[in-house]
Amino acid sequence: MFRLSAQSTRKAVQRLAVQARYQSTNSAAASSMNAKNASVAVAGVATVGALAYLSMESVDANMAADGLHAPAYPWEHKKNLTTFDHAAIRRGYQVYKEVCAACHSLDRIAWRNLIGVSHTEDEVKAMAEEHEYTDGPNDVGDMFQRPGKPSDYMPNPYANEEQARAGNAGAYPPDLSLMIKARHGGADYVFSLLTGYQDPPAGVEIREGLNFNPYFPGGAIGMARVLYDGVVEYEDGTPATTSQMAKDVTIFLSWAAEPEMDDRKKMGMKALTLLVVLTGLSVYLKRHKWAAIKTRKILYNPPAPRKH
Amino acid sequence: MPVKSSNGSLANKFARVGYNAIVKRNSIFLTTIFVSAFAAEMAFDTVSDRIWDNINKGRQWKDISAKYTTE
Repeated sequence: MFRLSAQSTRKAVQRLAVQARYQSTNSAAASSMNAKNASVAVAGVATVGALAYLSMESVDANMAADGLHAPAYPWEHKKNLTTFDHAAIRRGYQVYKEVCAACHSLDRIAWRNLIGVSHTEDEVKAMAEEHEYTDGPNDVGDMFQRPGKPSDYMPNPYANEEQARAGNAGAYPPDLSLMIKARHGGADYVFSLLTGYQDPPAGVEIREGLNFNPYFPGGAIGMARVLYDGVVEYEDGTPATTSQMAKDVTIFLSWAAEPEMDDRKKMGMKALTLLVVLTGLSVYLKRHKWAAIKTRKILYNPPAPRKH
Repeated sequence: MPVKSSNGSLANKFARVGYNAIVKRNSIFLTTIFVSAFAAEMAFDTVSDRIWDNINKGRQWKDISAKYTTE
């Protein structure tokens, strides 16, 4: 289609050029032909371009391939002036630790990041010490094992990607540090995915070892449903329903992806307040300075007519 | 140069007192600017922090940390 249109355009341009050469000697008839050809060529190019654009612009709502679009949940922490619910971060960490961490890593979060966010320093030290880390080399060049410190990063459930794939029937459990930022739909998607497991509808074949989840692109996900009512027991007495755990762990992962959010919003509030004050001040100052110019009147005082 | 009052209005009187007290000597003028900037920032931060903590009552770590610290 493009080549055809290019050819016709080239021909029209050649004809135009030929006619332009004779234009000086020819009469007005040629010039009107000229304009006609040009407008036909322009219309042709415009049509072809529009068709090409329309064919590229595909409106595609293929649920099976792209995954069901997650509904927008009213997350409190998405409001402009609202921080994370830190009690939910603490519960969400518990869910991550007891459920997700069996397969998913959290590479970019160190133990120390939890201090003052969801746990006290003593709690974090105790949690870090439960894990062994390889450190070294020591004086004789050997690596050694030592208990974790708050400066260590969250332990990885697998040594490498190959081991992770081997342990999960070829599916690689992704790192969750930035998962909320990494997926279309963010927190809504993760929450929907965790709570959206169901039996495949009639006619949908799911391979052995995969599970059906309408929110997952393709519908077949390697991860099975893990959140069932009462899988964890919250220390603050919150009933551990599936949706409660999914909400808490989603808030925890939102924090992990965006730990600076609380401070950022607070700074934003302060900055906007200051900018509003300064804008008002500058408007006042401008009007003050211009008042004399804006209110002046130019008076025409004609000279008295001369008497002859 | 002290402010010359064209008339004895109250605003003019204030301007003259202010000029003589603050602007007349450069050392005092600069000190006033620095001290008032410092004070204004402290006041602004205190007030906005209080508003922020009020909006987010019960959500921040400092609101729930008491439950987990055993002194």
